[in-house]
Amino acid sequence: MITKRIIPCLDVRDGKVVKGINFTGLREISSPVELAEYYSANGADELVFYDITASSDGRKIFTDILRETAKSVFIPLTVGGGINTVADFDRVLKCGADKVSVNSGAIRNPSLVGEAAKLYGDQCVVLSVDIKRVDGVFRVFAKGGRENTGLEAIEWIKRCVGNGAGEVVVNSIDTDGVKKGFDIEMLSAVCDAVSVPVIASGGAGCVNDFITLFKTLPKVDAGLAASIFHFGEVKIKDLKQVMKNNGIPARI
Amino acid sequence: MTAIIDYGVGNLFSLLSSFAKIGEEAVVTADEKVLDEADRIVLPGVGAFGDAAEKLKNSGMAAALAKQKEKGKPILGICLGMQLLFDKSYEYGVYDGLGFIPGVVRPISDVVPDGYKIPHMGWNKLDYVGEKHPLFKYLGDEEYVYFVHSYYAADCDAYVTANAEYASPLTASVAKDNVMGCQFHPEKSGDVGLAILKAFCTMKEGAIC
Repeated sequence: MITKRIIPCLDVRDGKVVKGINFTGLREISSPVELAEYYSANGADELVFYDITASSDGRKIFTDILRETAKSVFIPLTVGGGINTVADFDRVLKCGADKVSVNSGAIRNPSLVGEAAKLYGDQCVVLSVDIKRVDGVFRVFAKGGRENTGLEAIEWIKRCVGNGAGEVVVNSIDTDGVKKGFDIEMLSAVCDAVSVPVIASGGAGCVNDFITLFKTLPKVDAGLAASIFHFGEVKIKDLKQVMKNNGIPARI
Repeated sequence: MTAIIDYGVGNLFSLLSSFAKIGEEAVVTADEKVLDEADRIVLPGVGAFGDAAEKLKNSGMAAALAKQKEKGKPILGICLGMQLLFDKSYEYGVYDGLGFIPGVVRPISDVVPDGYKIPHMGWNKLDYVGEKHPLFKYLGDEEYVYFVHSYYAADCDAYVTANAEYASPLTASVAKDNVMGCQFHPEKSGDVGLAILKAFCTMKEGAIC
């Protein structure tokens, strides 16, 4: 059986992880390379690096970091943030990324997904969508969740998958940061609409939230989170063990 | 020294980094002389079978590889590189492979029921077939490796060394004498993958153990 994937997400700015972590009580780890090595050794199935730099200098630092990470971490790496053109795909893939996640870039340029899928294969193109309920309708938001695009989310996702997106990250703005569990209703709607892997993001606060996710929605392939892993509220090794005890396929 | 064949298919960064990580010398090459000097050879590959088979042939690497195979040099095909070891593939047409291992490459959709996602992507367990192959000598009984593929090797039962269960057993690795292949990506399978590459690096001409 293919296992359910657990994916920590690291926000990187100016060569540093934005929220450093302190697992050991000794010192804060803010080096993305070190943190990636830590997660890789402690059960993460995949890593997402999110580049939140705006400047071109920052981009250069980011790709240097990516290259360094790919030299020492041998699990799949997904890169997101600032991906607007096929050239951006090329830039990060050459530095060791395995998959590239597009969000606002696909909204601005709807042909981007198709072009990239043709060049690098569907499995390389990850569609990331920030979704919020507006008057009972799932709407796609852009610019880090600040701007309502007016796009209906399920239609948007179907369209991008039709164009070649090989995987979808569903980030619920409604549950993000609340730590009361994933957005089961939203994820269920997405799983019913597409046949590519779906990654749940937004809302995880404890181990049980992952168990509920995979038990309620067996079609969901992976759970993604950031701060609960970084702050040690959920240890991936413990989470995997509980998953296994609950009959959810997990790599241990 | 391990030679990694460069025939213009795929990104070899992670593979090269993996060998560096385990402290083994590896070179990316399209030079027949380097293949001849190498202790063992890796045939990588991502993308479509037809295109890769053509590039392999046109670059002269297919003929060079066949020569090394006859000498008994250990050869490891990875992902599409494994599929190329077989007689032919039915990916978007019918294309001839290297014919080093009897078998054909078919779409996973032939054997997996509706509702199972394709590609078969993610971490799956290695179900060893028969006695554990020397490539897995450093591994335990329950090990997971990373797969990304939409086609699988069929009609090659006699050479399968491990399967991965995905509604149906999919060929995860194969071996015939000095020619080996893994459908999964050792360079993306964490410590397990590195241990497989390490085991490969202990093999030499006439010594597959």
